[in-house]
Amino acid sequence: MTAVAAARPPARPGLPAGFFVFPPVLVIAALFLYPLSLIVAQALSGEAGGFTLSAFEHVLSTTAFANALIHTIEISVAASTGCIVLGLVIALILSFTPFPGSRLVARVIETYIALPTFLAALALTFLYGSAGILNEGLMALIGSKTAPVNFLYSPWGVILAEMTIYTPFVMRPLLAAFSLLDPAQIEIASSLGARPARIVREVILPAAVPALMAGGSLCLLLTLNEFGIVLFIGAKGVITLPLLIYDKAIQEFDYTTACVIAVVNVALSLALYSLYRVVLARYGGQRAGLV
Amino acid sequence: MTSISDIGGAAVTAAPSYAGTEAGNSISFEAVTVAYRGTVVLDSFSLEVEPGEIVALIGPSGSGKTTALRAVAGFVRPTAGRVMISGEDVTDLPPYERGLGMVVQNYALFPHMRVDENVAFGLRAQGAARDLIAGRVTECLQIVGMSQYTRRYPRELSGGQQQRVAIARALAIRPRVLLLDEPLSALDAQIRRNMVDEIARLHRDLPTLTILYVTHDQSEALTLADRIAIMRGGKLAAFGPSRQLYQRPPNRFAAEFLGRANLLPVTLRAVNASSGLADVRFGGMPLSARQGVGISVGDECLLCVRPHDLAQADADVPNVLKGTVTSILWQGDSYSITMEAEGTQMRLSSAPSGEPPEVGAELHVRFSPEQAVLVAQSADA
Repeated sequence: MTAVAAARPPARPGLPAGFFVFPPVLVIAALFLYPLSLIVAQALSGEAGGFTLSAFEHVLSTTAFANALIHTIEISVAASTGCIVLGLVIALILSFTPFPGSRLVARVIETYIALPTFLAALALTFLYGSAGILNEGLMALIGSKTAPVNFLYSPWGVILAEMTIYTPFVMRPLLAAFSLLDPAQIEIASSLGARPARIVREVILPAAVPALMAGGSLCLLLTLNEFGIVLFIGAKGVITLPLLIYDKAIQEFDYTTACVIAVVNVALSLALYSLYRVVLARYGGQRAGLV
Repeated sequence: MTSISDIGGAAVTAAPSYAGTEAGNSISFEAVTVAYRGTVVLDSFSLEVEPGEIVALIGPSGSGKTTALRAVAGFVRPTAGRVMISGEDVTDLPPYERGLGMVVQNYALFPHMRVDENVAFGLRAQGAARDLIAGRVTECLQIVGMSQYTRRYPRELSGGQQQRVAIARALAIRPRVLLLDEPLSALDAQIRRNMVDEIARLHRDLPTLTILYVTHDQSEALTLADRIAIMRGGKLAAFGPSRQLYQRPPNRFAAEFLGRANLLPVTLRAVNASSGLADVRFGGMPLSARQGVGISVGDECLLCVRPHDLAQADADVPNVLKGTVTSILWQGDSYSITMEAEGTQMRLSSAPSGEPPEVGAELHVRFSPEQAVLVAQSADA
């Protein structure tokens, strides 16, 4: 206690500690909490003013909302699962079967984190779009006048684009977790008769569970709120909650409905974020800082 | 805690079938060379380990001792030469097909598995039947005295307990040979001494088990090993029965590395053919010692005598050295005295009976000619 007390900077006479806390709190409140409260207030107010849940009852009972919610969860779960599988495979290869340039490959994949999400959608359009490289090649090959590969403008296109962007969010904590794994454990397992598949299953994966769960939760959170990719690909019939909010607010000027959906979206996000923190605290332990 | 000796009956019962064969398994290095990115770390290394014996590989850091062990385990691939186990060439076999048990310095227990699951791992990997696994896990945990800790996780055990579990895990698969890579280095001194005794008992209980033991601790090697291989620069510098290697080191490096012998530069004057003793001259002092290998009359060579074989004496007795005390260290059960004689620093251990000499005092010490041996001058093996 003495050491902790000694390490604290001496208090400045005349200025209470709250003085320094107040300005940032004020900024956060003005920029974030106040607009959020306006959205909640709009969602809970009736046409004649006053508090009411009628807008919630109405919006939540519509087919459009139900479809958007289902699409959002389906895409989010599918993309996150894809990210986990892909991230795990790439991290295993990069960590345990390194090849010349593997570190560079890891860095390049990580830079995806820094890119705007819709860029992935744009890149995929060049590859798999109606006039993309794949379709043009196939059309020339089989003499067809219509594009044979059309998955890009379906939920699969959205899922593929989201996997491209969000896989590094799983891969990076996995690489960190694998770097902490004692190589002797793998060698001993091998000397005891375990083949590579068993070593991955019984030695490596258990060590990666915290990173997998944390990375997976983060992917789930980010894909749940993904807007740019869904908008850019413009998949037919793929309306997610963020896109529905956009449609209602910007195209139909139905702000109350948009706000109700936004509140649901925020509630979902906060629930997932809480799960992410719980996972980190429960499984992350001392490694939590890495993920 | 139950020790190996406490459960001797069970262990002895298990012993005959233990190593898979009555006679145990041999290990042969046949001119094994290992290079990492062009740097040779094991250089045409040859060594024979007989079935059922403990051979310790010792040497300074970077001498290649751990690489030699890893070549047997299959973790490094020799660029030349062959590794044989009981006459079978295992050089190209992956580690999981070699059937070896290995224990490493940091235990490398699987942290998410309980003690019994750790011990059962190898048997499960080899597809053993459930009944066999249960019986073998119980037996091996009993051998290392860890029966009461089966449901603990490694993090709930002390370092010594973890190392016992690691040994049980290696023994559970009934390995053809047991490879120990500095197994006690992470333990504190008291536990290390106990574990040396435990490993010695283990080998008495399992006499057919061949053990290759890498250590930097020469007292571990001298206590446990039937034979010791001293390595230097990726090569074998000396190899022989532990006692013989200690008492009659074949070269200067072996003498210096094993037991920190005093090495006095002398000139061989004559050899008594009947006694095998050599007359040498150290500066102006005539001394006697056992004749070494490859040294002829008139050669400059080194007289090797251990610190504990030197005793304070009167000036007029035979085989006596005269020097000046340069430092004295009290070490509880003895004094470590450093003295300078004819420009050579030498150490002697002295029982703390009576007062030690003063620094700067003149000191006479003697040694028995049978306790000293001549070694060649060259530092090379």
